[in-house]
Amino acid sequence: MTTHGTFGHFVVGSLREVTRGGLLYWGWIAGLLVLVGLGFVAYLGQLDDGLQTTSMRDQVSWAFYIGNFTFLVGVAAAAVLVVIPAYVYHWKPIKEVAILGELLAVASLVMCGLFVMVDIGRPERAWHLIPGLGYLNLPSSLLAWDVVVLNSYLALNFVIATYVLFSLFRGRQPRGWIFTPLVLLSIPCAIGIHTVTAFLYNGIPARPFWNSAILAPRFLASAFCSGPAVLLMVMQLLRRFTRFEIRDEAIWKIAELMAYAMFVNLFLLGAEVFKEYYSSTEHLIHMRYMFTGVDGKTSIVPYMWLSIAASVAAFLLFLVPWTRKNVVTLNLGCLLIWFGVYVEKGMGLVIPGLTPDTLGEIYEYFPSRSEFLISAGIFSVGFLLFTLMVKVATPILLGEFRVTPPARPTDGATPAEAT
Amino acid sequence: MNEANGVSRREFLCAVAGCTAAAAGSCVDVTHTPFFRERLRELTPDELGAIVARLADSYRERYGRDFEIGTEPAQDGVEFAYALDLSRCVGCRRCVHACVEENNQSRDPEVQWIRVLQMDKHKGIDFAHATPYYDPETVPEPGHFYVPVACQQCRNPPCVKSCPTGATWQEEDGITVIDYEWCIGCRCCISACPYGARRFNWADPAVPDEELNTRTHVLGNRPRPRGVVEKCTFCIHRVRQGLYPACVEACPTGSRKFGNLLDPTSEIRYVLEHKRVFVLKAELNTLPRFYYFYGT
Repeated sequence: MTTHGTFGHFVVGSLREVTRGGLLYWGWIAGLLVLVGLGFVAYLGQLDDGLQTTSMRDQVSWAFYIGNFTFLVGVAAAAVLVVIPAYVYHWKPIKEVAILGELLAVASLVMCGLFVMVDIGRPERAWHLIPGLGYLNLPSSLLAWDVVVLNSYLALNFVIATYVLFSLFRGRQPRGWIFTPLVLLSIPCAIGIHTVTAFLYNGIPARPFWNSAILAPRFLASAFCSGPAVLLMVMQLLRRFTRFEIRDEAIWKIAELMAYAMFVNLFLLGAEVFKEYYSSTEHLIHMRYMFTGVDGKTSIVPYMWLSIAASVAAFLLFLVPWTRKNVVTLNLGCLLIWFGVYVEKGMGLVIPGLTPDTLGEIYEYFPSRSEFLISAGIFSVGFLLFTLMVKVATPILLGEFRVTPPARPTDGATPAEAT
Repeated sequence: MNEANGVSRREFLCAVAGCTAAAAGSCVDVTHTPFFRERLRELTPDELGAIVARLADSYRERYGRDFEIGTEPAQDGVEFAYALDLSRCVGCRRCVHACVEENNQSRDPEVQWIRVLQMDKHKGIDFAHATPYYDPETVPEPGHFYVPVACQQCRNPPCVKSCPTGATWQEEDGITVIDYEWCIGCRCCISACPYGARRFNWADPAVPDEELNTRTHVLGNRPRPRGVVEKCTFCIHRVRQGLYPACVEACPTGSRKFGNLLDPTSEIRYVLEHKRVFVLKAELNTLPRFYYFYGT
C-alpha cells in the first residue's frame, strides 16, 4: 500500500478509535470540552481587555500562568524519566511505558506553550522568538534558552512516538537502533528542560528567594514525584480497560522511587528553610510570607501548609510497602503528590519569590476568576490531547489497530520488546 | 547584518504580512508600525524615518494631535548619569507627576515611572520597611526621609540580559530603551529588575488627548500600546537635545542633579568629585548610573 493510502487508513482508523467508548469515556470527553469552551471564552475576554483581567500587577508580574507552566515542565520531564527504571529493571512493557511517557510529555509541553502564550502581553508577536524570522536573544536570555530546549524536547518526543506508533501501525517492529538512541537522548533532554526552567528563576539575583543553587535540584526532585504520579494512574486505567499487561511490581517500583524523590524534595526544602530561618537575613521575609504571612497578609499561607502536609502524607504512603501496594492508598498518594507539588510549584515558587517586591511592597496576589477559567481550559486541552493520543496509541501498541487488521489478535500479536 | 540578506528577508516578510494580518484578528490592537519589521535598533536611518512617519500618521488618526517623534541617536562623548541628594528630598512627589505628564504615562490605570519611598530615619535605607503610599497633609513627616527610585540606567542591566527577543537594550549614551513594537510582554525584565523600575501596560494606557505631550522620541515617551513594558529613559527626547529631564526641572528643592559623565565640567562630575555617593543594591553588581548622596 502507498504511504498516502496508509495515512488515509490511519486517519480513518484513528477517528474510529477515538469515537469508540463507553459512557465514562464520553462523559470525560464532554466534561473536558466544556472546560475548554469556558476557558476559550475567558481568553477572548482577556484578549479584549488586556492582562488587567488577571490579578497580576507590576509587583507580582508572573503568577498563576507561569506557575502552571513551571509545574508542567516538570511533568513533561519526569514522564520520560520513568523510562529509566523501566530500562534498569528490564520491565516487559518497556516500549509501552516509554511511549506513554513520550505522549504525556507531548501533551504537557503543549500546555506549557499555551500557558506562556496566555501570559504574554502581545501573543501575536510570539514570532519575534523565532530565530531568523525574529530575534532570539541567545546566549544571555534564559527564556530564550527555554524556548530552544522546550521546542527541541517537544520535537524529539513527537518524533519518537510517531515513529514507533506508525511503524507498529504498518505492521513492522520499530528498529531498535533508531528507537533506543532517541529514547536515551530524551532522558538528558528531560533533565535539561527542567534545569533550564529552574535557571530562568535561579538566574535572577534581584529575587533572593529564587537565587539559590539548589533550585534546579529541587525542581528535578519535585518533578520526579508529579510526573510519575500521572503515569501511575494512567497505567492502572489502561490495565483495567485494555489488554495492557503492566505488572504490579512495576507500579510498586515506581511508587517506591517516588517516595525517594519526595524525600529528596522535602530534604532540599528543609535545607532552604534552615538556611533562611537560621541566618535570618533580610531575605527571610519571602519565606516568612510563604509560611506565616507578613503584616497580617496571609493569603497564600494555608495553601503552603496544605501542600507540605500533602507531600509528607504522600511520602509516608509510598514509603510503607503496605500502603504502596494497596490500590486505594496508592492512588490517594498519587493525588496528594499531584496536589502537593502543584501548589508548591504553582503558588509556592512564583508568588513568594515576587512578594514582597524589590522595593519591599507586599501585593497580595490571588488568581482571578478569568485566570482560573483560562488555566482550567488549558489543562483540559492537555488532558483531551493526552486522552485521544492514548486512545489511538493503545490499540496500536497492542497490535489491534494495524494497516491490515489481523483477524483477531493472538498471543503472537502482542508487541515484542523493542530492544 | 548582511544588506542583501536583510532586504530579501524583509521583502519576504512583507509578502506574508498580508495573509497574517487577516489572521491576527480584530481583538489585536492597532499596530503603529508594520507588523513585520526589524527591531528599531537594526533599522537604517531611512527605514527609521519611514516608520516614524507612519507612527505620526497613526497617532494623528488616533489622538487628533500632531506628534513630533525624534530619532536623535546617542552623541559621541556623552554618557548620562544622575545624582540625587537625599538630604534635600522632602518627598513631595512633584517629580513623579512631572514625569507622568512629560512622558505620557497612563492616567487610568495610573502608571508612574518614579516611586518615592518613605523610610524611617532610624532604619536607614531599608526597603522592607519602606512605603510608597504615604499621604500626610504636609511633607516631610517627622522621623522620615524619602528615597525616589526610578530606572537606575545600569551599566550591567539585568533587564537587557533577560529579554528573550532583544526588545530592550542599552544605548551608547547609557540609556536603556525599549522597542514598544518588538516587546512581546513576557515580563522577564520586570522579574529581573532589582529596582522595580519597569512598568507593564496591563490595560490600554489612557491619557486625555489634550494632556498628551506631543514632543517625543521614538525610543521614549511616544504613546505606548497595551501589553508592553515601559520605563524611565532619563527623558531621552529632552536630554538628547541638551535639556534636563523633566524631574530635574520639577524638583522644588534642587535634589536632582544630571549631566554628562564624560564632561569634566559637568554638574554630575562635580557631585561625584565633592560628595560621597553610593548606589542602591551595590551587591548585585548592576553598576547604576544613578547615584545617591547626602549633600549636607
